[in-house]
Amino acid sequence: MVGSLKQARIAFVEAPIGRLVNLLVILAVLYVIFILAMKVVGQGPSYFLQILTFGVANGAIYALVALGYTMVYGIIELINFAHGDLFTLGGFISVFLLPIFGLDASKAGTAGIILPLLAVFIVTMLICGAINVSIERVAYRPLRRAPRLAPLITAVGMSFVLEGVMFLWKGPFNVPYPNLLPTTGFVIGGATIGVKDIFVIVVAGILMVVLALFVSRSRLGKAMRATAQDQDATELMGIDINRTIAATFFIGAVLAGAGGTIFGLYYNTMVFDLGFSAGLFAFTAAVFGGIGNIQGAALGGLLIGLITALWDGYMESTWTQVIIFAILILVLVFRPTGLLGMRVPEK
Amino acid sequence: MKRLLSRLGSILERDPRKDPNAVVFLLLTFGVIAFPIAIQIVTRGSGSFLISQAADAGVYVLLAIGLNVVVGFAGLLDLGYAAFFAIGAYTYAFIASDHMEFTPIHQAIHIPFWIALLVGMFAAAGAGAILGAPTLRLRGDYLAIVTLGFGEIVPRLFRNASTWTSGVNGISALDTPALPIWLNGPWSGDAFAIVQNFKIIDPLAYYVIMAILVAISVVLVNNLRRSRMGRAWMAVREDEVAAAAMGVNTVGVKLLAFSIGAAFSGFAGTFYGAKLSLVSPENFGFTVSITILIMVVLGGMGNIPGVIVGALLIYYVIFNILPGLPQQASDFANSIGATSLNSPSGDWPGLAGEVQRLKYLIFGLILVLTMLLRPQGLLPSRQRAEELQKGVHEDTTIEDVNAEAT
Repeated sequence: MVGSLKQARIAFVEAPIGRLVNLLVILAVLYVIFILAMKVVGQGPSYFLQILTFGVANGAIYALVALGYTMVYGIIELINFAHGDLFTLGGFISVFLLPIFGLDASKAGTAGIILPLLAVFIVTMLICGAINVSIERVAYRPLRRAPRLAPLITAVGMSFVLEGVMFLWKGPFNVPYPNLLPTTGFVIGGATIGVKDIFVIVVAGILMVVLALFVSRSRLGKAMRATAQDQDATELMGIDINRTIAATFFIGAVLAGAGGTIFGLYYNTMVFDLGFSAGLFAFTAAVFGGIGNIQGAALGGLLIGLITALWDGYMESTWTQVIIFAILILVLVFRPTGLLGMRVPEK
Repeated sequence: MKRLLSRLGSILERDPRKDPNAVVFLLLTFGVIAFPIAIQIVTRGSGSFLISQAADAGVYVLLAIGLNVVVGFAGLLDLGYAAFFAIGAYTYAFIASDHMEFTPIHQAIHIPFWIALLVGMFAAAGAGAILGAPTLRLRGDYLAIVTLGFGEIVPRLFRNASTWTSGVNGISALDTPALPIWLNGPWSGDAFAIVQNFKIIDPLAYYVIMAILVAISVVLVNNLRRSRMGRAWMAVREDEVAAAAMGVNTVGVKLLAFSIGAAFSGFAGTFYGAKLSLVSPENFGFTVSITILIMVVLGGMGNIPGVIVGALLIYYVIFNILPGLPQQASDFANSIGATSLNSPSGDWPGLAGEVQRLKYLIFGLILVLTMLLRPQGLLPSRQRAEELQKGVHEDTTIEDVNAEAT
């Protein structure tokens, strides 16, 4: 009797309320899209193209950072809060390396920057990778069997440690990043597509394709996928889990380091706590695309970049962060598996 | 009275090595009473600044007690706890100042502080329930992210919705708490008189109010912990699937933990707004949430005296030691002859400036080192300590369970 009453309550009260909430959320989202579309039509196509270019370039950077989140989450189910700060650290390291490799504003836009810049990229990526592997060794590995709360708290702690180091290094000021890339561009349909935009999109694209090939083709990639599925069984197959997880952290950090360098080259300014909001945006991208899914992270990054650019361009930019965090909450509540994710049971 | 005495006797009889909590409680009670007297004697009557600061520390103690319900008891990581604090403070600002006259309502509201305490509490608890209802079904780490997002949204909302909240400037000139009737006398340096609508401006009065609020909260939380609800929280924290199988309504139980935790920060927020007489969106950022989390983690998740000690300790470090440190560091460098350290050059802002920047690093190191070296915190709850150190519960004996229940 009580059971059936309870079922009746669920059927008549809870389900319609749930549906009502769903409906309201969908209506709100549609309304926002409608307003945005009206503004887009009102402003004309060339402005829209400009915003789109900006959004794609922006999204490529988010995608690079999101990949690190998604890979680490995929393999050990840890939200690596420190990842966003590693991205900033990449920018800081590369701005430190630039003069060492003889790059300064006087060489901006010349062909002579290509090789040194490549060297800066590689060294930055390696340093970031090494730092992330040591973070994993020190702060996460000892807690792998501990309750979930423990590594999550150390991850927040590591994020503060990295921010603290950068704060000690450069202080609360904006760090100028030399404008090395050519400032020219092509005019297409009234919008200027800069060499910078193309550079960002191409470099990020190459890195992502290499990563996707690596994970799907190489031995280590296979080991990563196996570890993500079942650590114990993988270990029984003779795969060194610790090495595989360290490699995952290394690759994630390499992408974050590259992302930080690209960010610096694109925006020409950095600040020590950039990684907090950028990291959250990238995490939103990873969740949006389906966490644990590499293609999903790329897609999510692109979408978040586009949404940010559209909102900045057409609506009030003070609300952009609110919108992104609202998307984060809505996606987690209504579709925690994201756009491309699969339903994974809680371990 | 007799019961109280016998209770006190039984506390004193307990072996402090086995149950340090009772001793800490006694010490804290004694300390709270002795502190203002001692301060006035030491500073020869000019210690009101320190007493006022102690009342502010009480705000953090309340917040830590509340977050402890969420993180320590129910095991839910809340990274946006400052949002509820903000909601409590802004609620007081809306209902107890002239501000509403300048919003589209055009009508100032003045609700007495004592009622506003409850209103702030319910506002924060309501916000907790609204956020919690759809999100508490999520797994633990997703919940952390949702609360983090919420914690970022709320201050931005208060900053951006400037027609209602006057934006970055915040709301100032909030009402001072008042007692309807009070007796003046020689103890306050006046002649005997009955004062109506007595305004509370003395720091000592705030200190007393805070002490009472904290005492009430401790009793409430302590009773909650030992109630059916508290046992359900701990069951959910340790193994949600097993708890559900035992008939615990996990979502409902978690929702209550979330709302009750939020309620305490609403309490704290109202007091904070009333004492400072100002609320501004800048005071409720992510660092506040993390500061409270550090207090709970360092003190000992799940253990009330531990959390209080953690809150007082961290508050003392952040607001007393750290601000004075830069000057001391540069004086020290001068005294050992390393004056070149004090002059800024390039990225080096001088020793004092560099020491001033230590806060983030200290925060991070406390979190990481506590979790690595002593995950149960300084004053652990015994059950939580075993859980965090071993990560398994098979060898919890019957005696352990009994010890936790008493």
